[in-house]
Amino acid sequence: MTGGTRSDVLIIGGGIMGASAAFFLRQRGKSVTLIERGLIGQQASGTNFGNVRRQGRFLPQLPLANRSRAIWGRLNELLGEDAEFLPSGHLRLAYTEEMAGRIEQYGRDARPYGLELEMLSGNVLRDRFPFLGPEIRAGSYSPLDGHANPRLAAPAFGRAAKRAGAEIVERAEVLTVEQEGGSFRAETADGRVFRAEQMLITAGAWGSRLSQQFGEPVPLVVHGPQMAVTEPVPYGLEPVLGIATTIPEEIIYLRQVKRGNIVFGGGIRGPASAETLRAYVKPENTLGQLSQITRIVPALRRLNVIRVWSGIESYLPDDIPIMGPSARIPGLHYAFGFCGHGFQLGPGVGDVMAELIATGQTSTPIEPFTIARFANSTTNQPGGHP
Amino acid sequence: MAEPRIIIVGAGPAGVRAAEALVAAGVRPVLLDEGQRDGGQIYRRQPEGFSRTPEQLYGTEAGRAIALHRSFERLKPQIDYRPRHLAWNVADGVVHTISEGKPGQFAYDALIIAAGATDRLLPVKGWQHAGVYSLGGAQIALKAQACAIGRKVVFLGTGPLLQLVALQYHKAGAEVVALLDTSPFPRQVMALPKLAARPGMLLKGLRIVGGLMASGMAIHRGVTPVEIHGEAEAGVTGVSVRLASGEIRRFDCDAVGLGYHLRPEAQLADLARCAFTFDARTRQFWPEIDADGRSSVPGIYLAGDGVRTQGADGAEISGALAACAALEDLGRSVPDAPRAALRAKARVMERFREGIAEAYPWPAGLAADLPDEAILCRCEGITVGELREAAKEKGADEVNRAKALTRVGMGRCQGRYCGHAGAEIVAAATGMPLEAVGRLRGQAPVKPLAIAAGEVQP
Ligand SMILES: Cc1cc2nc3c(=O)[nH]c(=O)nc-3n(C[C@H](O)[C@H](O)[C@H](O)COP(=O)(O)OP(=O)(O)OC[C@H]3O[C@@H](n4cnc5c(N)ncnc54)[C@H](O)[C@@H]3O)c2cc1C
Ligand SMILES: Cc1cc2nc3c(=O)[nH]c(=O)nc-3n(C[C@H](O)[C@H](O)[C@H](O)COP(=O)(O)OP(=O)(O)OC[C@H]3O[C@@H](n4cnc5c(N)ncnc54)[C@H](O)[C@@H]3O)c2cc1C
Repeated sequence: MTGGTRSDVLIIGGGIMGASAAFFLRQRGKSVTLIERGLIGQQASGTNFGNVRRQGRFLPQLPLANRSRAIWGRLNELLGEDAEFLPSGHLRLAYTEEMAGRIEQYGRDARPYGLELEMLSGNVLRDRFPFLGPEIRAGSYSPLDGHANPRLAAPAFGRAAKRAGAEIVERAEVLTVEQEGGSFRAETADGRVFRAEQMLITAGAWGSRLSQQFGEPVPLVVHGPQMAVTEPVPYGLEPVLGIATTIPEEIIYLRQVKRGNIVFGGGIRGPASAETLRAYVKPENTLGQLSQITRIVPALRRLNVIRVWSGIESYLPDDIPIMGPSARIPGLHYAFGFCGHGFQLGPGVGDVMAELIATGQTSTPIEPFTIARFANSTTNQPGGHP
Repeated sequence: MAEPRIIIVGAGPAGVRAAEALVAAGVRPVLLDEGQRDGGQIYRRQPEGFSRTPEQLYGTEAGRAIALHRSFERLKPQIDYRPRHLAWNVADGVVHTISEGKPGQFAYDALIIAAGATDRLLPVKGWQHAGVYSLGGAQIALKAQACAIGRKVVFLGTGPLLQLVALQYHKAGAEVVALLDTSPFPRQVMALPKLAARPGMLLKGLRIVGGLMASGMAIHRGVTPVEIHGEAEAGVTGVSVRLASGEIRRFDCDAVGLGYHLRPEAQLADLARCAFTFDARTRQFWPEIDADGRSSVPGIYLAGDGVRTQGADGAEISGALAACAALEDLGRSVPDAPRAALRAKARVMERFREGIAEAYPWPAGLAADLPDEAILCRCEGITVGELREAAKEKGADEVNRAKALTRVGMGRCQGRYCGHAGAEIVAAATGMPLEAVGRLRGQAPVKPLAIAAGEVQP
């Protein structure tokens, strides 16, 4: 078999971006091969906090986030599996007048993008959410945001794509990507060769290793956001809670799953390595989170943490992703570097990239995310920054 | 050179002998233990104010218990002993503790982990009923609280502790309905040559068997557990097993002591990023060590039942050896002759350990054959069938993936009790070797960490 596998589209990287793109490309009738180094959704997409939150995002990203939110709402029917999406509402909270002013401003700015937020403060806020601590001054409530189970979402997309006819190749690391004639060629560490008319690179924190082979390196750095979960307690904390602050130590977000456990994350990020594929939680960061979490919900002081974890996420200097066509090579596309916000976007990114690849254009604006903004970048980033 | 900072976790036989060797070399170690008092598991001291005699508490091991406690009393002024300190995490050369709700940090140049063992459990249908205890739990109830787990007790599982605890219950006046051992009698006979490495221990073991025979309790070896019967309110009502003859028999009881020998408490070693290796004889992963207890991570040493289940005497020897290794690696001279003697003894302990593992094998097939409806993960209430389905239908052919998809091992116990059985089920369902399905990666905290600890700044 000298020719190797051939398809319309070759996707490299099976996180939520790659898996959902494979699914939506099949819906558009394209033949797809998805190659994943480990297992589908094993990296950032499977280890993240699970926030399906739009408010607080970079405003020009809202159309994409809205499109994604619509898909989250019908995910079960689309995939035939439950990824535990819960439109529980999201409450963004402020300790200070200044931050209260900022989230209020955000609410006004977000309205033209179709995101309706409700500003609450004082007794109104406390009557509605009596579990909040006394330091909380104000909150912005997004009724249709929520959370989902990251351990389930990307694998569910992967399986649905497979059922729809995509070829999913797991435990295969792509080492080289190149153009060959009018098409693309990828070769894995074990010597398998894959070819396709178009290529989509959704390799998360490892994206630049591949984009640089096409002369488009970008300055990705990796970090490990710090996560933890408590033992289960009766369900009662409905909205996802998050603090809006400029002090990194104060950042904390939490959600309760229906089963009862409270998942939280935030604060100083920990060390992660794109080389060893490991991200660690620093014990002092866990302690730091404990001291913050009771400021939001004092009653949590009676609970215990039973597990902590982290994951490898990649960041760009401007904190927004790379998404869209290559600036140099027709038929080549990118969607990686999601800077800690990609889980919510995942279904939308897959849908938009499928649209772009199948039709050559998108009905949702993604221009701000073009790789061309790093055209002068010479960084040959191996990753591995703490 | 500045005084080296050496930390020992665990004040059982291994930790105490390690401390003793360090003190002899002029070092003042920090000794952390989550317990109220020293002694560890087997030589656990009774709470202050209780006055049972050592003979009542430790039986035939009274002499050794007294010796260890005396050594400890002598050592105490020369070490920095911190009881009630749980080591919940270790990273970047620092042990993180929690003591009476307060977090603490202990930086080290060398760390000796001697955290002991816990029961190795295998689920059986109905094991979630009230009245099912681990053998360790059953023994602690008797030793520490002087009470039995029930009025009519069945002991089910395998291993030396199964027989010992059954006899202890009988002697304490409890009605032991049956001792049901999954290990076939011929296996126990075949292991005799290795067990003869320690004639004294073998004799003790035979005396226990003699005591059991004389007790009149029903004893069956080579059984296959079928079900623990029970009701939501009343809890356990009986146990059914298939006897070696093939006959299914039910034993009525109101409590069950369950255990399949012991497993090392290796979470701290895991968090310290020590490499693990697969042991085919006991079908589990455990930390890699050299003959003196050096782990794969420089500066971290592992001793006692927390790394190899050699028992209390082996723990004392490996504790002393680990201390010697730490001293040597820190550039201190260690006298050769005593160390050579310790190493020779350690080899005997290791041979005996292998004998025990062969006499009382982990019944891997039973795990693989568990019925779909049996609860596997008690913390999260996940059935065997759910795990099998993830393994077969969702491609979860590796235990961490299976955990991600099913939550098996995500509860309070972090897979301590269901992890080994879960791995067997995944291996059997996918046709993969057990070694290839891997092991659950350890995650902090070692035990649940109170959120209130965040309010106290260290
Ligand atoms: C701890 C944590 C918490 C987070 N919390 C949130 C949150 O609450 N809400 C939110 O919206 N976002 C959150 N994020 C961000 C979000 O998880 C990511 O942005 C998103 O999952 C990125 O998806 P991805 O598919 O691009 O990357 P990944 O999931 O990392 O997938 C990339 C895949 O590509 C594969 N790959 C890489 N190189 C190759 C190669 N050469 N060959 C083959 N395969 C390759 C990798 O193995 C990997 O599976 C969080 C991230 C982390 C780490
Ligand atoms: C339940 C049970 C019952 C047993 N009964 C018998 C018996 O009757 N007869 C017999 O011969 N053998 C028995 N054994 C075996 C015997 O206990 C061991 O062989 C012996 O105690 C091993 O000594 P050690 O020093 O390695 O560990 P241990 O004696 O177990 O000591 C370990 C110490 O470490 C401490 N520790 C563990 N983790 C942490 C942490 N994270 N932070 C702080 N401290 C920590 C514990 O509190 C404990 O004091 C039993 C074992 C178990 C588990």
